[in-house]
Amino acid sequence: MSKEKSFTDQLWDFFCSLKLAIIILILLATTSIIGTVIEQNKSPQEYMQSYGMSESTYKALDALQVFDMYHSYWFLSLMGLFAVNLICCSIKRLPRIIKIVREPILVADDGLFRTFPNKGEVVTTGTVESVRDKVVALLGNKFATPVVTEEDGKIYLFSQKGALSRFSVYVTHSSILIIFLGAMIGNVWGYKAYVNIVEGQSISEVWSRAGQVPIPIGFELRCDDFEVTYYEGGSRPKDFTSDLVVLENGKEILKKTIEVNDPLSYKGLTFYQSSYGPAGDPVYRFRVKHRKSGETVTVRGAQGKHLKLPGGSDLIPMGYAESYQSFGPAAQVNIDSGDHAHGTPFIVFKNYPQFDEKRGGAYAISLIDVQQSYYTGLQVAKDPGVWVVWLGCLLIVLGSCSAFFFSHRRIWVSIQPLDKGIGVKLGGNAHRNQPAFALYFDELKKEFDDTLSS
Amino acid sequence: MTSSLLFNITTVAYFAAMVVFIVFLTAKNKAIGFFAILVCWVGFIANTGAIGMRWVEAYAMGYEQAPLSNLYESVVFFSWSILLIYLIFDLKYKQRAIGAFVIPFAFGGMIWAQWSLDATIAPLVPALQSNWLTYHVITCFIGYAAFAMACGVSIMYLIKINKEEKSAEGSPIGGILGMFPSSKVLDDLNYKAIMVGFPMLTLGIITGAAWANYAWGTYWSWDPKETWSLIVWFIYAAFLHARFTRGWVGRRVAWLSIFGFAATIFCYLGVNLVLSGLHSYGG
Ligand code: HEM
Repeated sequence: MSKEKSFTDQLWDFFCSLKLAIIILILLATTSIIGTVIEQNKSPQEYMQSYGMSESTYKALDALQVFDMYHSYWFLSLMGLFAVNLICCSIKRLPRIIKIVREPILVADDGLFRTFPNKGEVVTTGTVESVRDKVVALLGNKFATPVVTEEDGKIYLFSQKGALSRFSVYVTHSSILIIFLGAMIGNVWGYKAYVNIVEGQSISEVWSRAGQVPIPIGFELRCDDFEVTYYEGGSRPKDFTSDLVVLENGKEILKKTIEVNDPLSYKGLTFYQSSYGPAGDPVYRFRVKHRKSGETVTVRGAQGKHLKLPGGSDLIPMGYAESYQSFGPAAQVNIDSGDHAHGTPFIVFKNYPQFDEKRGGAYAISLIDVQQSYYTGLQVAKDPGVWVVWLGCLLIVLGSCSAFFFSHRRIWVSIQPLDKGIGVKLGGNAHRNQPAFALYFDELKKEFDDTLSS
Repeated sequence: MTSSLLFNITTVAYFAAMVVFIVFLTAKNKAIGFFAILVCWVGFIANTGAIGMRWVEAYAMGYEQAPLSNLYESVVFFSWSILLIYLIFDLKYKQRAIGAFVIPFAFGGMIWAQWSLDATIAPLVPALQSNWLTYHVITCFIGYAAFAMACGVSIMYLIKINKEEKSAEGSPIGGILGMFPSSKVLDDLNYKAIMVGFPMLTLGIITGAAWANYAWGTYWSWDPKETWSLIVWFIYAAFLHARFTRGWVGRRVAWLSIFGFAATIFCYLGVNLVLSGLHSYGG
């Protein structure tokens, strides 16, 4: 028989090796840095301008997929290798672990005792049986009920605790694979999209971010109102909210006011408040007094439009401010006196209706209100894999806590008649956190001494 | 009593604790060591009170937010977390001398925050108004603090092991180094601190992902901060594997721990100061 391993065995060993695991972890850590230094998914022009790259450098880096590196073939392959390594390593070790847990060594001979990091010996009086009963009671009390084996006039005891914690590594490791699986499900069956809804209107399709194609969502979504609120006395926005209504066949199913950090979910889709903007021109209302006739009218119209006034002139709203200096809402307007010769624009106020009387023109104008309708910009996500990811996260936390804080502890005892009295040997180990077990073992040894010497 | 007065007391206490720890190491007097810990507790209580007061002050201004909203608040919280971890380890393992290498991190944070960071209480932008922010920041920072502790202990280890190896076998080491815990204990504490830090960082990353998913519908977007936290996570996972399964102890893991903390600090500060991304609020 040659000692050369076959190629497949070598390959298997390679994929099972922990050295590979550590190398992959370090490779993943170092290559991930690239994408944090070079901004991802920008246009070629931006790279060439802001990074001062020549076109050939750009092309070379682009061929290496550096500009979208987290989705590049080489990075995904590295992740794939990580998963394969994890799977192989687990498969290789699992049978041995199952054997340790299911078929424990019940009889510890002298050879095995020599390997125990923690051991002790007591010589006592009585019969083998009476000592056995004392030790069984003691172990059952202080540790775990032992399995008793009798062989050649000697008695062997074995007891263990925390055997299942041997599997916590598998929980931790498979949770990483579960997270990968969840991410894949999301990539294949989910999508990211966006949609803008003008106040008062409704939509039934959203726009994919990837392909800019419309995706029907199977129900209608209406936005009744969009609002921005501000912190008192400032221009810092406090909140953006949209009143959304879900409709199916024209019937209202669900109503929710969403805000940043509080989305709406319906039928596997989630709608997030993301942006907003003005929809169309603002609509103004003015109260106008025609001085000559004393007639007062209310006129209404959009920005830039000519609003007919009594006496033949037109009023043209040109712009507005929520707060003009400290005078509150104001509009800038102009008067077209019919000969298409525009006058000088002037300001009218909402809170000071008398103000315009002083201007002394043909009209006294005050602002009633300005209505600007908005659209709300929503991000839309469908991710059927997200629950798989959360399951993986839960398992990774449980698994690593269990891996860190529990260990498989085993204690063996042999009882045999000596020339003078009965010899009791005690040994034990823990598969993790040995120092803590050593302390525990010393305590137990003392109990043994006390019980058996009395 | 205002938060800024309490923050001043905190900074002074951490500075005093540092000095007393050094006196303790040179004088080798147990009572001085006890006094040093006492000063640490005073600083920690002041730090806790200061953060609490700042919370109250923000509410009084009409902002319903935890005091974890900008770089200043995060740095003083980092100092608080370091003390929390250190004091717990002190209660459990009673290795006083470590304070001399851990408290400087907390003092450094406080003095930096007090001298050059903007302490005004400003309201949170809508994107940050979420309870997830609190869970996310607390778990991350306890993790970072445990890594700071591991780094301090590793520095002590490297100093101590050189001396231990040079001195004749069995002869006790005198001088300041004699006050250090043995290299074996230091090695173990390094590992224990990382065992606290690693699950906390894991939770920090998960709460961050949960929040991102809740706020934007993507739990992972390879934003520089996210990526760096993953890099740090990989480094400590490599550390744990090297130790668990390849039996790495001593110098190599001490260096790995120092290196891991350098990456942690880059993740915390470097990313905001050097790179750009979604977490820019911290800068
Ligand atoms: C390529 C990927 C990985 C491989 C091949 C791998 C393999 C292993 C192996 C063989 C062990 C020792 C099991 C034992 O002592 O019985 C182990 C332990 C451990 N691994 Fe991994 N691992 C990988 C990635 C990870 C990652 C990313 C984590 C992060 C959470 C992790 C967490 C742990 C923990 C906590 C232990 C300690 C368990 C113990 O004390 O027994 N592993 N790993």
